[in-house]
Amino acid sequence: MAHSGSVHAVALPERYPIAQRVAALPWRAWLSDARHFQIAALATLLCVNMSWLDFGAKPLPSLLAIASTLGAQITCSQLWRLPRIDLRSPLITGFSLSLLLRTDDPALMAVAGVIAIVAKFAIRIDGKHLWNPAAIAIVTLLFTTDQAWISPGQWGASVWFAALLAFLAILVLHASRRTDIALFFLGGHAGLLVARALWLGDPLAIPLHQLESGALLLFAFFMISDPRTAPDSRLGRLVFALAVALLAYWLAFFQQLRPALPVALVAVSLFTPILDRLLPAERFQWSKPSLKGAAS
Amino acid sequence: MTPRVLRRLKCSVALGVIAAQIGLAVAPAAAFCGFYVAKADSKLFNKSSKVVLAWDDGKTAVTMVNDYEGDPKEFAVVVPVPTFIERKQIGIVDMKTVDHLDAFTAPRLVEYFDDDPCRSRAFDMTSVRGVGAPQPAPPMANQKAVRYAGVTVEATYDVAEYDISILSAEQSDGLVNWLTDNGYRIPDGAEAVLASYIKQKMHFFVAKVNLERMELQGSKFLRPLQVRYETKKFMLPLRLGTVNANGPQDLIVLALTRKGRVETANYRTVKLPSDLEVPLYVKEEFPSFYKALFQRAVEREDMHAVFLEYAWDMGWCDPCAAEPLKNKELVELGARWIGSDDDQPFQPSGGSNAYVTRLHVRYDAAHFPEDLAFQETRDRANFQGRYILRHPYEGSANCSAGDSYLASLPARYESEAQTLAQLTGWNPTGIRARMEQTGQSFKPQENQGIGPWIRRNIFRN
Repeated sequence: MAHSGSVHAVALPERYPIAQRVAALPWRAWLSDARHFQIAALATLLCVNMSWLDFGAKPLPSLLAIASTLGAQITCSQLWRLPRIDLRSPLITGFSLSLLLRTDDPALMAVAGVIAIVAKFAIRIDGKHLWNPAAIAIVTLLFTTDQAWISPGQWGASVWFAALLAFLAILVLHASRRTDIALFFLGGHAGLLVARALWLGDPLAIPLHQLESGALLLFAFFMISDPRTAPDSRLGRLVFALAVALLAYWLAFFQQLRPALPVALVAVSLFTPILDRLLPAERFQWSKPSLKGAAS
Repeated sequence: MTPRVLRRLKCSVALGVIAAQIGLAVAPAAAFCGFYVAKADSKLFNKSSKVVLAWDDGKTAVTMVNDYEGDPKEFAVVVPVPTFIERKQIGIVDMKTVDHLDAFTAPRLVEYFDDDPCRSRAFDMTSVRGVGAPQPAPPMANQKAVRYAGVTVEATYDVAEYDISILSAEQSDGLVNWLTDNGYRIPDGAEAVLASYIKQKMHFFVAKVNLERMELQGSKFLRPLQVRYETKKFMLPLRLGTVNANGPQDLIVLALTRKGRVETANYRTVKLPSDLEVPLYVKEEFPSFYKALFQRAVEREDMHAVFLEYAWDMGWCDPCAAEPLKNKELVELGARWIGSDDDQPFQPSGGSNAYVTRLHVRYDAAHFPEDLAFQETRDRANFQGRYILRHPYEGSANCSAGDSYLASLPARYESEAQTLAQLTGWNPTGIRARMEQTGQSFKPQENQGIGPWIRRNIFRN
């Protein structure tokens, strides 16, 4: 999701044909980029959904979500005159939308894909996009239409556990410092749920069951941990992750809001630029620029 | 039914066979959202529970059906509710109305009769469309203070045959004392659950039967109680019901909503296998068939899922397993948004939509530690638990198409046998034997006589 391609600082001396700009990376570079494994993991999940254990993703809406994010990425890359068209991040966004968002009108999935990518290109502060693309698309649809929802509880324990292991493996193998935010968030979220259970005198089976949500995994490993939107400094990310966990807790248990996680993320993201100014650190980029003249 | 089957079948009769209580008689059960308690140590349990849950953006009506079969004087129920409940928010619902919705949404068996194969080569799709077309809905002062510390009896009401109290509490031991002293037998382990609800600022709706009033009113059985309130919590409390449970229990939730299908947000909601052709003898054994099917589905999901049995717009049905509900029935069940409470069958019009979701869950404390949290989706697609009996053509079928038709029957029966075995876990050999006994023979079939022989062997294509 969200891992957006590089978009800022682009003044091209000339326009490159699209085919040349969809860069072919050497094999090692492929392995070193976590996004390839993320794409593989999400594609596997989608296949599991279609063939074995239905958790609600349907072929046409999924196709529309993926096609629209890719299409929007190509179009926006042209409009913003990017030297390279990177389809990996929009593919992750498309998969995430397919796995999370549900609508009664498949066309809305295409709308979600476009919102996600356009928001990534258009809403930027200090050269960094403000919102995780999938999160802003989901929240926009939830609050502006009466036709969208997310189904958090449909994965079942076995798929959930397998996905957790896979996502953790990707996280560890590609130990990008930025992804610490996924662990900060999961720690904060789990801590709040366990604390609630202890306060209520509930058995620990309850918070453990609450953690067993597919939406939570996608959220933690693909949305909040988007290194392109997370705060630059480690302390900033810790503060950010805990703020999201707290707000989501309040939304879920006091407001009974089912899609509490993406809503909390979108709200707290408004403060990322402030965190980045208060706690400055090096900006993340997925890979070094491969074409002269194109930054990050 | 799949398009393939549609193409090949012509339905002359669509028969809804209702399994209203199916699945219910499977396991002994306590109660869904509260627990039934006795004044004495007599055994109390229900086979299952049924709840009608009407939800319109926070406006909630919960109708609780007790299929309690013990002595009414020993009946009592404790239900956590999110707000204080006034008298006008409590009502009694006619059991027939709940039964009607139950029957309307119950899994069904449908029957189709094969056409004459000799006449169906140029099959007319329009006739099928006619068959499958939607049917419009036709027509002690200090001591007490200490013992009941923190308990406030906020109100008491006489409602038909029930004596009802609305309690709030600050401490679970005070609440347990109050309940115990007032004749509610509280099972071990309930105190911790009550304490959790107390901290969540829940109130307690407690009801007992008033035998005098019951006699005066001539009621023979306990009628469903309905509580209406406004809350953001779209949920059903299950946990109290699991405390004294003697094994897994069944709960059927009939959710009436405005916008679309209801699903559990914290448990998987799984569609039951449906639209499958099964052997004809299932007609005689539909209840046991459905019980076995449900049990298998529960096992397949490792008892971690809630099952969808029906999800459909209330304005129509196909086939209708019961007469469509009238406006007044829907309003009685809590769907007050529909705008009319007259005697007419419900018809959606200008914003007065109603959608029904039937969920069936078999639960215990180990597999369902948390209360059921629901969400209303915008999904208005139709789903029903439907099982198909397909009768073979019984005429002569004396033509070359008839030859092929007869030759295809054993394979079709085998497929039905395998489907049934897979759905229910029944022994395939036993299924086949039963099918043979009931006229579905696996032996090769063909038209008899010299004419058909010549056609098959000399003039075959």
